[in-house]
Amino acid sequence: MTISLSQIYFITRSNYLLFPLFSGGFKRLETVIFYVFAALCVAGALLVITHKNPVSSALSLVLTLFSTAVLFVLLQAHFVAVIQVLVYAGAIMVLFLFTVMFLNLTPEALKFDSRNMAFKGSLLLAVLLFVGYFAARGFQETFSHTLAIPSVSENFGTTEGVGKLLFTDYLLPFELTSILIVAAIIGVVAIAKRRES
Amino acid sequence: MGVSVEHYFVLSAILFVIGAYGVIARKNLLIVLMSLELMLNAANLAFVAFSRALNDMTGQVFMIMSITVAAAEVAVGLALVVAVYAHRESLDIDLLKMLKG
Amino acid sequence: MIVWIILVPLIGALINGLVFATGFYKKVLGGDEHTEKSIVNIVGCGVVLISALISTYLFVHLLSLEPENRQMIQMLFEWIPSGEFTVSFELLFDTLSCVMALIVTWIGFFIHVYSIGYMHHDESYAKYFTYLNIFIFFMLILVLGDSFPLMFVGWEGVGLASYLLIGFWYGDPEKAYAGRKAFIVNRIGDFGFILGIFLIFFVFGSVNYQDVFGKALDPAFMSAVPAAVMTAIALLLFVGAVGKSAQIPLYVWLPDAMAGPTPVSALIHAATMVTAGVYMIARCNAIYSQSHTAQVIIVTIAALTAFFAASIALTQNDIKKVLAYSTISQLGYMFMGIGIGAYTAGLFHLVTHAFFKALLFLGSGSVIHALSGEQDIRNMGGLRRLIPVTAITFLVGTLAISGVPFLSGFFSKDNILGAVYEGGYTIQWLIGLITAVLTALYMGRLYLLTFEGKSSVSASVKDQIHESPYTMTIPLIILAVLSIFGGYMGVPEFMGELVGIHGTNLFDQFVSSSILLEPVETVVHHLLHLSHVTLILFSIAAAVIGIAIAFYLYYMRPLLPGKIAEGKNIEPVYKGSLNKWYVDELYDYIIVQPFTYLSNLASYFDLKYIDGSVNGVAGVVKEMALTLRAAQTGVLRGYATLMALGAIAILVFLIVWQSF
Repeated sequence: MTISLSQIYFITRSNYLLFPLFSGGFKRLETVIFYVFAALCVAGALLVITHKNPVSSALSLVLTLFSTAVLFVLLQAHFVAVIQVLVYAGAIMVLFLFTVMFLNLTPEALKFDSRNMAFKGSLLLAVLLFVGYFAARGFQETFSHTLAIPSVSENFGTTEGVGKLLFTDYLLPFELTSILIVAAIIGVVAIAKRRES
Repeated sequence: MGVSVEHYFVLSAILFVIGAYGVIARKNLLIVLMSLELMLNAANLAFVAFSRALNDMTGQVFMIMSITVAAAEVAVGLALVVAVYAHRESLDIDLLKMLKG
Repeated sequence: MIVWIILVPLIGALINGLVFATGFYKKVLGGDEHTEKSIVNIVGCGVVLISALISTYLFVHLLSLEPENRQMIQMLFEWIPSGEFTVSFELLFDTLSCVMALIVTWIGFFIHVYSIGYMHHDESYAKYFTYLNIFIFFMLILVLGDSFPLMFVGWEGVGLASYLLIGFWYGDPEKAYAGRKAFIVNRIGDFGFILGIFLIFFVFGSVNYQDVFGKALDPAFMSAVPAAVMTAIALLLFVGAVGKSAQIPLYVWLPDAMAGPTPVSALIHAATMVTAGVYMIARCNAIYSQSHTAQVIIVTIAALTAFFAASIALTQNDIKKVLAYSTISQLGYMFMGIGIGAYTAGLFHLVTHAFFKALLFLGSGSVIHALSGEQDIRNMGGLRRLIPVTAITFLVGTLAISGVPFLSGFFSKDNILGAVYEGGYTIQWLIGLITAVLTALYMGRLYLLTFEGKSSVSASVKDQIHESPYTMTIPLIILAVLSIFGGYMGVPEFMGELVGIHGTNLFDQFVSSSILLEPVETVVHHLLHLSHVTLILFSIAAAVIGIAIAFYLYYMRPLLPGKIAEGKNIEPVYKGSLNKWYVDELYDYIIVQPFTYLSNLASYFDLKYIDGSVNGVAGVVKEMALTLRAAQTGVLRGYATLMALGAIAILVFLIVWQSF
């Protein structure tokens, strides 16, 4: 559901806070949203790898996943965004938290993980800068003619669109994933079963 | 200043590296698994970004497959973590050295 | 048809060997000892008998042919088809190989029968007969082969069989060493033989008898071949003969070979294998008749060997050793004959020698058997009444070998001496004559000390003395008869003329079909002009003198020889003779010890350096592996780090590469 131009006009006109956001049209809004949630992604990622307590790490991961879902919306992949929130952030992370709490870890049990951040942190930074720079350079050259986000088809990213593909062209992989899940279930039960010793 | 598709790629790369670092640097098995999820998430982001750039929904379909696989992998991985913890009373990944030699 | 002569003994060997010698019959089929022995007897002796009968049949068939055409060839298959060098497995049955085959098979048969009795108590009964059959098989290949490689196959094969049989009781290391010595010394001769074959191929372009001798007889072809080359071929082949037929300097294995069972000594080292050299030279008469130098060398070596061996035989105390040296001496006679080109004379002596030497050996075996293993003649004596059959046959053999008139040895030995004299080799003739005296002497000594006079047999043995069973005595009798009457087929021409009969030398007439080339008649200057009759009288005198001396010394004055041996001047001579003139010790010092030293050196070198470097390579690999093993830490984080770093490296590389 999109907001009509007139509604935006009125909101911006009457709200000085939101004025900068909407004065350039949607473009500016998109940029701001992007940078905010991108920053949240990165922040969340950094928090995941720095926390000692797995619960904190898990929650940070949820933050990252949620921000990524927003970014998906920005890319007009609505269906996928919802799936991400429902399955990834909703089911997988819950499973993680379940397990963490099931393990009932005391601070003693977490002592072994010395994080040694200073040296490794700088290393990471260097690698990040390096990769980032080259990634940007590389993709710039490849996609320099698509500086603006190109227009997409009507059905792009909608449930209907994805669903249609999923059940026609990609039916086989779809069915195979269900088998994969069954296998995973059996595997999990087999591994984690409490053995009578 | 608009946001072009390249920005998403850069972001994806950054997230991936952070995830990789987490896998390498942390000793806690659970944190390693979460970092792994982070890497997968970065890849999914790249998938969708490419799908948008090329106007082809195949990327999104594949991303769904990727989520499914991630789910299965997490399930099994956590089962292993539980088994390891039950056996060793510790989540230190450095204790799992039986492949040595 | 010819091939069956050689195939049948092979089949016998295979049956005896695979079924009985391996213990298969006893252990798997559950047969008992007695049945096994019976079957082995029948198979082992039967196959040789069959060969003998086939040979005889073919002999009769040969007689029905014209003298010029007396040969049969049977080609079996292409053995080595290698471009220019083709060798076929081809058998030749001409008069020469016929004679050899008859000797080998018939005397072989008698000895097989004898062995039934002699080896009765031996535990490796079947193995013995297997080896004997193998020997017959190879010997027949040797004499029936139609090419040099085939003869060589037989040559080596009989060497192998000889080794196996000499060292038959290998539990005793001495006996095993004897077998080894025989094989090694033979090998030295074989080296010369092979070089001779190479030279033959080089000169004649073929190794087939038909081709080689055909070309050798062709004056046009031979004019292009220098005489020195023919001499070289002749001498190289002769080296092989020296090894196999125990002439100087390669005779040392024969006395040691007496360690084997007595029938083996009889068959191999008296009648057949050692005569292979004689056969070989007779076969290559086309080559030898063209090289006067080689002939002179052969005759001289032969004469020296005959005398030398006889000088040792005089003092030996082991009954078999006396006979061994006697064999070497008689072989010298044979080589004297064929050396000067009197091939039929040499071959005739081969035949008669086969008769009486086999007889003597089997007789000695009978004595040893009767005395429960005693071989020292000083512990014998007075056995004539106790083992009469053995004694009488042994006496016949003794007289025959001494050249007593009208026995076979007389005709054959005189034939040779006469031919040697006629050829102008007066010195060698004289040596041969003296050796004849010595022969009669030591053989007389042997007989008298063994069978006559006062008995020196130890008391425990005396009660056990018994005559040998029929299986042993019948062959003795047959051979004795042959020794007496066998000579009449080869009565020299001039003797026949004396009583007015022409063409007495049937043997010569028969065998000469195979003699392709008589030596060139050279003008000879006789030092003494003696007629045939005078020569005969000299030979008879030699035999009589020898026997008389033996009789005097060992029968009438038994204590005299001992006193003579202790005499001041005689004692070193006696000691030298008793110790075989220390030749073995000399060889040991000059050849064996340096070789052993070199072998040890090579062994050390091999173990330390060659083995060491191979082990070293393995060691290096092991070290490398141990070092690389360090990479397998088992720490997952390490693996992950490496993977990440690797990925980054690839990425860097790609980016850098793209930007250029």
